[in-house]
Amino acid sequence: MSAVAEMAHGPATRAAAEALLTVENVSLTFGGVGALSDISFDIRKGEIRAIIGPNGAGKTSMLNCINGFYHPRSGRIIFKGKPRQRMRPYEAASQGIARTFQNVALFKGMSTLDNILTGRTLKMKRNFFWQLLRHGPAMREEIEHRIYCEEIIDFLEIEHIRKTPVGKLPYGLQKRVELGRALAMQPDLLLLDEPMAGMNLEEKEDMCRFILDVNRHFGTTIALIEHDMGVVMDISDRVVVLEYGHKIADGTPDEVKADRRVIDAYLGVSH
Amino acid sequence: MFYREAGQFKTTYASDMAVFPILQDRIGLACILLIGFVGIPLLSGTFFLQTVMIPFLVFSLAAIGLNILTGYTGLLSLGSGAFMGVGAYACYKLTTIYPDVNIVIWILASGFFAAGIGVVFGLPSLRIKGFYLIVATLAAQFFLQWSFVRIPWLYNYNASGAIEVPQRLLAGIPLTGANATPVTRYLVLLAIVTFLTWIASNLVHGRIGRSWMAVRDMDIAAELMGIRLLPAKLLAFAVSSFYCGVAGACMMFLWYGGGEANDAFNINQSFIILFMVIIGGLGSLIGSFLGAAFISVLPTALKFGLPALGIAIPGTVAEHATYILLGALIIFFLIVEPHGLARLWQIGKQKLRMWPFPY
Amino acid sequence: MDLLYSIFADPFVQMAGAPDLLVQTVWEGFVGGILYALIALGFVLIFKASGVFNFAQGIMVVFAALTLVGLYEKGVPAFLALALTIGVMFVIAAAVERVVLRPLVNQPDIILFMATFGLTYLLIGLGEAIFGGNPKVMIAEQLYLPKGAFDINMLGGVVTLQKIDIAAAVIALAMIACLSIFFQYTRIGRALRAVADSHKAALSVGISLNQIWVIVWFLAGVVALITGIMWGARSDVSFALQTVALKALPVLVLGGFTSIPGAVVGGLIIGIGEKIGEFYWGPLVGGATESWLAYCIALVFLMFRPQGLFGERIIERI
Repeated sequence: MSAVAEMAHGPATRAAAEALLTVENVSLTFGGVGALSDISFDIRKGEIRAIIGPNGAGKTSMLNCINGFYHPRSGRIIFKGKPRQRMRPYEAASQGIARTFQNVALFKGMSTLDNILTGRTLKMKRNFFWQLLRHGPAMREEIEHRIYCEEIIDFLEIEHIRKTPVGKLPYGLQKRVELGRALAMQPDLLLLDEPMAGMNLEEKEDMCRFILDVNRHFGTTIALIEHDMGVVMDISDRVVVLEYGHKIADGTPDEVKADRRVIDAYLGVSH
Repeated sequence: MFYREAGQFKTTYASDMAVFPILQDRIGLACILLIGFVGIPLLSGTFFLQTVMIPFLVFSLAAIGLNILTGYTGLLSLGSGAFMGVGAYACYKLTTIYPDVNIVIWILASGFFAAGIGVVFGLPSLRIKGFYLIVATLAAQFFLQWSFVRIPWLYNYNASGAIEVPQRLLAGIPLTGANATPVTRYLVLLAIVTFLTWIASNLVHGRIGRSWMAVRDMDIAAELMGIRLLPAKLLAFAVSSFYCGVAGACMMFLWYGGGEANDAFNINQSFIILFMVIIGGLGSLIGSFLGAAFISVLPTALKFGLPALGIAIPGTVAEHATYILLGALIIFFLIVEPHGLARLWQIGKQKLRMWPFPY
Repeated sequence: MDLLYSIFADPFVQMAGAPDLLVQTVWEGFVGGILYALIALGFVLIFKASGVFNFAQGIMVVFAALTLVGLYEKGVPAFLALALTIGVMFVIAAAVERVVLRPLVNQPDIILFMATFGLTYLLIGLGEAIFGGNPKVMIAEQLYLPKGAFDINMLGGVVTLQKIDIAAAVIALAMIACLSIFFQYTRIGRALRAVADSHKAALSVGISLNQIWVIVWFLAGVVALITGIMWGARSDVSFALQTVALKALPVLVLGGFTSIPGAVVGGLIIGIGEKIGEFYWGPLVGGATESWLAYCIALVFLMFRPQGLFGERIIERI
């Protein structure tokens, strides 16, 4: 049960891969306020898709829809070939969607290791009665999953804080632990909401490296909201740009960077 | 210099994940069990057992129950007194209907009845969050308290309205009723509490305990991990009420020997158990014991300790003083250490590790 | 069949059959509801302004009433005793702010809530130690509160309205109106609302938390005193009142924790609902349902509106 899968996806292969998630004409309103209007795009298997746009564009709302926290008023979302309208978050989890949050949503009362272990909950099958006993099958299962989590901890270079309560960790490390917890779920689709917010240059480079490694080694498809244009242009395969709930551009980083509307709405020109 | 982990290497994950990974802790636990099972019965008198140890054990069990619900899962509950009552009455009915079955079995079985009722009153917890849940548990508390009085079948139509505990034997020795000696009752109670604490520890250190803590810390994120909220919360209610129910049965059968619902299982009892959990430390098994010890010892200490120091005070004043002191101590602990005695204990151990160096 | 009839039809038949009894019951419920609202009002004041759920409000009611009666029994004239009691409530407010609230200023709400538990026990112990545990009679006459009753002939029978009840309702509504105006239109009221929202933000704009808290706990103390006087005038002053004060919780759940009109509406719903429930449906289950009916009513409401009737929708941003 090794955590490192053999996957070698080059850009050419990625372009031809089928869509893992398709968003079709999705609209979302809160009361009378339109958060998303008629958004359509797709995320191909194995790619890194960036979602960018000014604040209030609806990026987090979009992720929340994919996750099952919000239910679109119209339109549909097709995941792994099956359309789903009203999905609860735990269903999204069991289907293979994991996520990190803008404001770190870790379990502050638990240690790093325990947080990452909670990511394995869906994989833990030993029922209540074995848990009562703990010694025996439940313990063996715990150790099995501990081994997997330790590989993730090694990968993210957080061995030194594995027993620290996460509430005590600095922000950058907390974000890394959150990534680890999402990875523990072995997701097919990983949604990252501003994973590099509040980090300095070194931390950002580390995070980029982790994201790229996750994509290449684990084969995980990644959708990523990010404000740092350098990061977006460097690591993403394709970009979708939102503004006030509308999609204004969709394509490779170079295409999007040159798009007139995107420059007006978001990027600006260097003087 | 005694409490060092140096030289204790863990070579397997199993040993790293043990509940007491440090050798000194394991020795300490063995000593405590030895003192509990052998030392105390041999060395202390019936008074100590009856007024200090037995209440302490009963309340520890109830405190563990409430800690599971409020400390680990974050569901605030003021219904623990009533759930204790459910256990007591269930045990009473079971043993009067089937007197030949061993009473210890009935004591443990009564927990299941309490668990069932706990689940029913826990159903609102999916819709109702945080503080509002107190209303649901108060409804449980007052409704159940009312039913204890209004359903005469529960106390076998006894004219006094109270349970009278019949004599039951364990291996030929009287365990309940007037002939049972404190030593017998104490030892059986200690065995029950040790066993159930072990089970609670297993639950809390594994997948289920983590799910509960996840629900407590951030239930939205917990759902995202695939943790289903309603089953997790209902399980917490069930297990918590089980422990409270068994504690109630023990209270009635192994401690009081009989009693009336409004005295033993009222809202005051719920508050007292909540205080034990707060003072002891939310989310900590050892905290449950510390809190129970603190609050069950305090009144006795005041009543008998002060005269022993030469300060004679009448009984009622001692009662008032208990209230005042209790209130003041709760405030004091919340200011100084919101995480309770358990955290102080941990800090103490930390300092002990360093000793004789200051840091 | 009989059972269904007795639950769903018979009580209404009874109501229609003796409308004067219905009015009487509703009136009793109304007065009870106003008094619950008063207790709830104390909670709302403190919660609105400091974000603390003051569990000790109930015991403050008892303590205030006991102080008043105790002083009078020691020979202090009624209105002077009243003034002194107000002073005592101020001292308590200041003490609570200094000893309990200030050290706990940035702790999570649950910690502050539990601190008020501790305060409750402290005041119970203190109250019992100073005043003794026996019920006392409120000095209603000496405070010029009316006695006696009105009898109104209506709907084929007689409805009796106690004058003290009418006085209680009037005083309570007047107090609620004053407090609403205070919160809405004065500078201090605005500061109170700011503090309720966020301690840190209020500090950063220069609002003195300490002053605000003393003011608000003092106001709650005055409300507690008036509540105690009214309750005491209708029945005795005893520590049992403290458990009755727990009933303010369902009121708050219904009315929202920060809404003054909500406290009134919630109080009335609980008060009237409780009385009608007990009178018409109570005999079916053996009576004495008043101990738990209020909580069940609140529970049912909560299932449909988890934030209460007037409460703000809890929005969690993720």
